[in-house]
Amino acid sequence: MKIATGNDLATGDVVWWDGEGWSRHVEEAVDVGDHGAALIAREDAARRVNAAYVIDAEATPQGPRPAHIKDRIRARGPTVRADLNIAPADTAAGSWVI
Amino acid sequence: MYKYDTYDQSIVDARVEEFRDQVARRMAGELTEDQFKPLRLMNGLYLQLHAYMLRVAVPYGTLDSRQMHMLAHIARKYDKGYGHFTTRQNIQYNWIELKDAGDILADLATVEMHAIQTSGNCIRNTTSDQYAGAAADEVADPRPWAELLRQWSTFHPEFTYLPRKFKVAIIASDEDRAAMRLHDIGLQLTQNEAGETGFKVYVGGGMGRTPMVAPLIRDFLPAADYLSYLEACLRVYNRYGRRDNIYKARIKILVHEIGADEYRRQVEEEFLHVKTLGIDPPAEEFERINAFFAQPAWEQGLSDELDLSDPDFKLWVDQNVFAHKAPGYAIATISLKPIGGIPGDASADQIDLMADLAETYSFDELRVTHSQNIVLPHVRKADLYTLWQKLDAAGLATANLDLISDMIACPGLDYCSLANARSIPVAQKISQRFADREADLGELKLKISGCINACGHHHAGHIGILGVDRKGTENYQLLLGGSGAEDASLGRITGPGFDEDGIVDAIERTLDRYVATREPGERFLDTYRRVGFETFKEAIYG
Amino acid sequence: MVEGLRYRDDAAHEEPAVTLDAFLDQSNATAVRLESDEDARKLLPFLDRLALIEVAFPAFRDGRGYSAGRILREAGYTGELRAAGDVLVDQILPMRRCGFDAFAPDKPLDPAAVERALGRYSNVYQKAADGRAPAWKLRHG
Repeated sequence: MKIATGNDLATGDVVWWDGEGWSRHVEEAVDVGDHGAALIAREDAARRVNAAYVIDAEATPQGPRPAHIKDRIRARGPTVRADLNIAPADTAAGSWVI
Repeated sequence: MYKYDTYDQSIVDARVEEFRDQVARRMAGELTEDQFKPLRLMNGLYLQLHAYMLRVAVPYGTLDSRQMHMLAHIARKYDKGYGHFTTRQNIQYNWIELKDAGDILADLATVEMHAIQTSGNCIRNTTSDQYAGAAADEVADPRPWAELLRQWSTFHPEFTYLPRKFKVAIIASDEDRAAMRLHDIGLQLTQNEAGETGFKVYVGGGMGRTPMVAPLIRDFLPAADYLSYLEACLRVYNRYGRRDNIYKARIKILVHEIGADEYRRQVEEEFLHVKTLGIDPPAEEFERINAFFAQPAWEQGLSDELDLSDPDFKLWVDQNVFAHKAPGYAIATISLKPIGGIPGDASADQIDLMADLAETYSFDELRVTHSQNIVLPHVRKADLYTLWQKLDAAGLATANLDLISDMIACPGLDYCSLANARSIPVAQKISQRFADREADLGELKLKISGCINACGHHHAGHIGILGVDRKGTENYQLLLGGSGAEDASLGRITGPGFDEDGIVDAIERTLDRYVATREPGERFLDTYRRVGFETFKEAIYG
Repeated sequence: MVEGLRYRDDAAHEEPAVTLDAFLDQSNATAVRLESDEDARKLLPFLDRLALIEVAFPAFRDGRGYSAGRILREAGYTGELRAAGDVLVDQILPMRRCGFDAFAPDKPLDPAAVERALGRYSNVYQKAADGRAPAWKLRHG
């Protein structure tokens, strides 16, 4: 599947396109199919997202898992600071990223 | 330490307002990201993996306790309670919000700090010897010259859109503690036979994709021509440096392609012209700046005796304390490399503590080192034991300066949008694996970069590690034989790369071979240079 | 929004600028356009008969024109020095400091924003081509 991701312009937070807006949680990302570029152009122009791009992801029962480690780290947080993970209690975050 | 006058303050204050205005125009959509990016970078603001990152300048690595406390304040108020000290002697914050950037700059400006030119294709923060003003081996304090250069380069109208970034280092001793010859321009303060002050000028060094050790361009540049000559060096680069390929745009490529002799000829010709323009400040301006760097009032009659009966304290003194030029004083390095920790990171509480200790024990002065540690430059030897106890209680007394666990590591793929592989987890594993034997291994400079841009100085490591992306997985190449010191050299890649655990094992095989072949007194680098690359390659790959 | 800015009291120069090659080829032109990769010093023998030199900025990140501007002013050129191309609000100040006194931006500029940018810094650190006294000069008279 293809999902769209970027950063919030004002805060820099990592965000994912959830079909209606930009979510902080990759689990809520939806398949953008071939419409990613048009979606990003529209959202960027409206300044609802910054530096957005489309990535490949794998659909899993827990939601989309980005194909590249870089985006998995973006989704969770630095692997070396579990306390700063987006869900600090998520003990499976490490194996999900690597 | 240099103190702003109303001119300096007005420029930094104006910058705060200018950047606020630029951020507002970006938020309002008057600037596109493509237009805003170079503007924010020239103010040290990046968009990284998780958020914006702000790099704050610490000019030539020197700051006082008031400034250090402000760095802690920013970590708490605008970030997640910590900061990362960098190889450019700066500090960067990983979790900044764009909308706060103006307020952060305004806070910094109250303590004479800023983020001007900490990124972008302009002249960056000048780095220097972290022991400047305290080391016994310097001809003079290089920092007044660095300050003169800071002012000249700040918003230099001609050199704001250079082909690529531009980094200058200034040292004043034969021992190079600032990797001077791996900079775009490296300056060594020196004296000629007539006793006049001047510089050796090296141009065209650097790391990155195409590492080079800078050639000597001027053997003796009289101090009176200092800025004219730099202006000529930069003008030749601005006009003729390559702009067709970002990877070939650094000045090292220009100097390499036309040759050091031709570059020198062009600079000398431009210099003859520039020298007529009256851009060098008068000697009074240097004297004004120099006065701020007058030596502190050393106490007289202090003893050099130290009670080393506490073995842990002795270990720290042996490893982290360096000779000071004044009797009874010492230079103490605070390691930001706890075993298994994140190299260069410090919490807000630790930053506050270091500020307090500097105020109490080091004439209110601290230094950030290019090895990502903090130095208290002027400590009475009589205070060292108390200082050490306070550091130890805060996890800041690791006795590992210049040992394998005192490694340089870039933020890598845990934070950086350019990285191909993570650096920090590798650093942590190496630190833990070798902590027990590092004293026996002796001086060993290990440097890790998470991509070819080489922010972790892997080319200059006795042992270097370069993280690459191999078909979507992290892979680590091993380099041996680099040095950023006065014996500067570039490391050589040993062969095929390794995974995260494999690279640690490969280093262990390397070090086992070193221990087996070293002669008495030899550092790893000495043994490597004596016995050669193949011996180690054989040890690594069998 | 304005399409061009001019900081000169004399009448605007009407003659179209010719290329450097055409100019050097024994042209009697009084206006010339310098591309960003062309050497401003080739014009130095002819400065007294030039009324307009237009320097191209094909992309705002291409900073070669700043050196061209200073070189021309350092050699005594007093005619119109125009920055043309990808000229944005935040580049006007350094361009003014390098001797440019006219601007032909690809996209119109907000004159109020330009005025704010030009008035923002009451002090500068370097001697450049605009005659402003650097901080060291003010400190020591």
